[in-house]
Amino acid sequence: MSYIKPAFHHPSLKPNKVGYLKKDYRGVISTLCAGCGHDSISGAIVQACYEISLEPHKLAKLSGIGCSSKTPTYFLSNSHGFNSVHGRMPSITTGANMANKDLIYLGVSGDGDTASIGMGQFVHAIRRNLNMVYIVMNNGCYGLTKGQDSATADFGSISKEGNANPYQAIDLAGLALELNATFVGRSFSGDKNQLVPMIKAAMSHPGFAFLDVISPCVTFNNTKTSTKSYSHVRDHIEATSTLDYVPFEEEITVDYPEGESAEVELFDGSKIHLSKLAPDFNPTDRFTAVNRLHEAKSKGQILTGLLYINPESKDLHNLMGTSDKPLNQFKQKDLCPGSTKLEEINRAFR
Amino acid sequence: MKPTDTKDPEYFHKVVDCQYACPAHTPVPEYIRLIAQQRYTEAYMINWESNVFPGVLGRTCDRPCEPACRRGRVEEEPVAICRLKRVAADNKGEVKHLMPQGPFEMNGKKIALIGGGPASLTVARDLAPLGYEIHLYDEWNKGGGMMRTQIPAFRLPEQVLDEEVNYILDMGVHTHFNTFVDSMKGILDKKYDAVFVGTGAPKGRPLRIPGYEEGKDNIHIGIEFLAAVAFEHRETVGGKVIVLGGGNTAMDCCRTSKRIGGEEVTVVVRSPRKDMKASSWEIKDAELEDIAIFNNMPPKEFVIENGKLKGVTFGKVRAEYDENGKRSLIPTGESDVFIEADDVIIAIGQDNAFPWIEKDLGIEFGKWEIPVLDKTTFQSTLSHVFFGGDAAFGPENVITAVAHGHQAAVSIDLFCKGESIHDRPDPMTNLVSQKMGIHEWTYDNDIAADLRYQVAHADKSVTLKDRKMEVELGFDHIEGFKEAQRCLNCDVQTVFTTNLCIECDACVDICPTDCITFTDNGEEADLRTRLSAPAENLSQDLYVSEILPTQRVMLKDEDVCLHCGLCAERCPTAAWDMKKYLYNVTKAYQ
Repeated sequence: MSYIKPAFHHPSLKPNKVGYLKKDYRGVISTLCAGCGHDSISGAIVQACYEISLEPHKLAKLSGIGCSSKTPTYFLSNSHGFNSVHGRMPSITTGANMANKDLIYLGVSGDGDTASIGMGQFVHAIRRNLNMVYIVMNNGCYGLTKGQDSATADFGSISKEGNANPYQAIDLAGLALELNATFVGRSFSGDKNQLVPMIKAAMSHPGFAFLDVISPCVTFNNTKTSTKSYSHVRDHIEATSTLDYVPFEEEITVDYPEGESAEVELFDGSKIHLSKLAPDFNPTDRFTAVNRLHEAKSKGQILTGLLYINPESKDLHNLMGTSDKPLNQFKQKDLCPGSTKLEEINRAFR
Repeated sequence: MKPTDTKDPEYFHKVVDCQYACPAHTPVPEYIRLIAQQRYTEAYMINWESNVFPGVLGRTCDRPCEPACRRGRVEEEPVAICRLKRVAADNKGEVKHLMPQGPFEMNGKKIALIGGGPASLTVARDLAPLGYEIHLYDEWNKGGGMMRTQIPAFRLPEQVLDEEVNYILDMGVHTHFNTFVDSMKGILDKKYDAVFVGTGAPKGRPLRIPGYEEGKDNIHIGIEFLAAVAFEHRETVGGKVIVLGGGNTAMDCCRTSKRIGGEEVTVVVRSPRKDMKASSWEIKDAELEDIAIFNNMPPKEFVIENGKLKGVTFGKVRAEYDENGKRSLIPTGESDVFIEADDVIIAIGQDNAFPWIEKDLGIEFGKWEIPVLDKTTFQSTLSHVFFGGDAAFGPENVITAVAHGHQAAVSIDLFCKGESIHDRPDPMTNLVSQKMGIHEWTYDNDIAADLRYQVAHADKSVTLKDRKMEVELGFDHIEGFKEAQRCLNCDVQTVFTTNLCIECDACVDICPTDCITFTDNGEEADLRTRLSAPAENLSQDLYVSEILPTQRVMLKDEDVCLHCGLCAERCPTAAWDMKKYLYNVTKAYQ
């Protein structure tokens, strides 16, 4: 069994704008089951970071516990990382983000880590519009403990264990919309054409960017009767649009047919271009998104794509009015200005 | 694109770049693995079956395999395939009992081989075990041909050559040494069932510029000079020597001169350095022995003083190339250069020579006096006369002569059996899974990052004093192992089964060289631009699956696949498997 990846790379793949090769964004060889959807999502993260020419030290990857939360080891080996407690990734991210607002925060979680033990943390991070990308690698089961149905397993779905799930599923994208998350997308690990631009857009979004990525568990939940298997998702997938992410300094070179496309400009000047747009779908209108999600669910379809974006999003730092300079760069002198200053402040309240 | 037909024996053969490039199609990765396992005897036998002279070739081969080696496309230098072959030859155990054992049951057919070089010896080896009575004619007192007369002993020790020549002669070959064949008619009159001409390219080109006739005593033809030294007819040369020419013979001449009295030895080449025909390593080895090489200097005149050669005058030129790459040498206008010399050796090329073949026998010759031959069967216009080696299509090298010998032997065998020589048996191929466990393979699939190891040389203070002392010391066991581990095992093929694939992308994500893509089908030129990494090397194929359930196809660019097996390790359904492909070229005796 291989445990070290060969150091060679394809000679026609050139370094990106900041001088890194794609392999510089990779991690060590995955120890997840062969064929796990999570590895594809890791691959999409690698691809996205290479393509946007991210400097690896400008990103922190954080995770909780679970198969999904192991994945940060398998991508971006040159970035910062924190593998935290089960369901507590949002708290750690909040702390890190408060201390250093200059990094991109990429939180990776699973359906157990988010929809069960971490639910309380998850909803509050949304409520505060914490500036982070929150990816749920959603396989509908607890793979690390032999594949029991998770809280996102659809009603009636039958995994390898063989019994239909008697409980209603938590739709994380629906919940995020309900809580007014400022960026909500859903995708599928087997569709990198959609997932890669969505990750890029999420990284540009100032605020909480939530990506619910269906990611089949090949070992426990890839049966024909499971609603989270490769074949079921492929047969029932429905996209709101196809997505293009256009970085700030780049020109749009593709001709998009009118009427079927929309463009959303992000805070940093980059653009998301949506084409082959479903009729009457407006990605900046939360109500259509909620309705569409319900409609699709009632038809047994899985609605994917960028579901909602609030271009006016104001993140937690903005809401709290923190200083422009990241807190971790303040020296003791700045933070403890001394007794004379304290006296002055106290006097102001008298 | 249409799905790749992996049943075509040439598809996977082409993926094994080294084997494909080898004229004799030696299964290179197979023997390199054996060397890593220190199974030298088996490694030697794989070579012997395919290229007949592993000890000789492990020292002197032109190495067409190395520029083809995949390793050279992912890092700086290819695997030292040639020198690994020598490791097998140097360390092998007893091999004779593994070779065909005579006496063979005779089939009553008699074959004459004219010339005792690599091509003829290969024919002898392939046909003798089948019961043919082989008669080998050579003008020298020993077999080996140009391997003996043109390759100096400091590159190829005589005992190595003798050993490998004798393996063949000991199969009951009737040798007619010291016999210069001066009439083809005489041979044909002896009623052989077939005649094979392997007389090489024995005529060195002269250089007829002013002063040639007067200076003749000290102006020598390269291959004649080397032969004279090899047979000890010449033991010294003057202190100042000029070698004219930029090929491997020139390199052998200058290094030989350095060992038999040449103190100031200079090689002068009329063309630029990059156009020199000599192998880069042979040029390097000459320079290591303090031999100066001057380029862009065509000789103008042999300067004679008092009836004796005094030196050579050279002009100065620069090379210019037109849009077709055709070179012309333009004089620079600089003044001529005179270089002093006691002896001049001309090594500017060699030609076939067939003055001994009478023109009325039905053997036709074409342009440049080259015989008219069928390119596959090596049959001449006289049906029972075959040609091979340098005698066939002009000067090449030992490994090409061996390849010709194998094919000519197939033709001769079919011909003598009264069968069509165009109906040739297929190559032997075999494709077997290397899976031993879930993630275990029979081959070592870790990719070593080591750079190419250099072969150590004996100190020149010693080697320059003894023309028979071998310069290269060869790899020892440890270096041999490490160099062998650089091999990417390209014969272990990535084999894809479309109906097992669930399109999970695991192989795409893990592939360290981004070779694999799942995408919509299209024309090849278009597909090459929209893969995970653009497939710019058009000489390498794209492996295309059948249509998958999502209507896409799997495409794999064979160019820089490391054969690391990670795609197969990460495949949940074993749609990818690593299978070893063995390809043995058709031979008369296998």
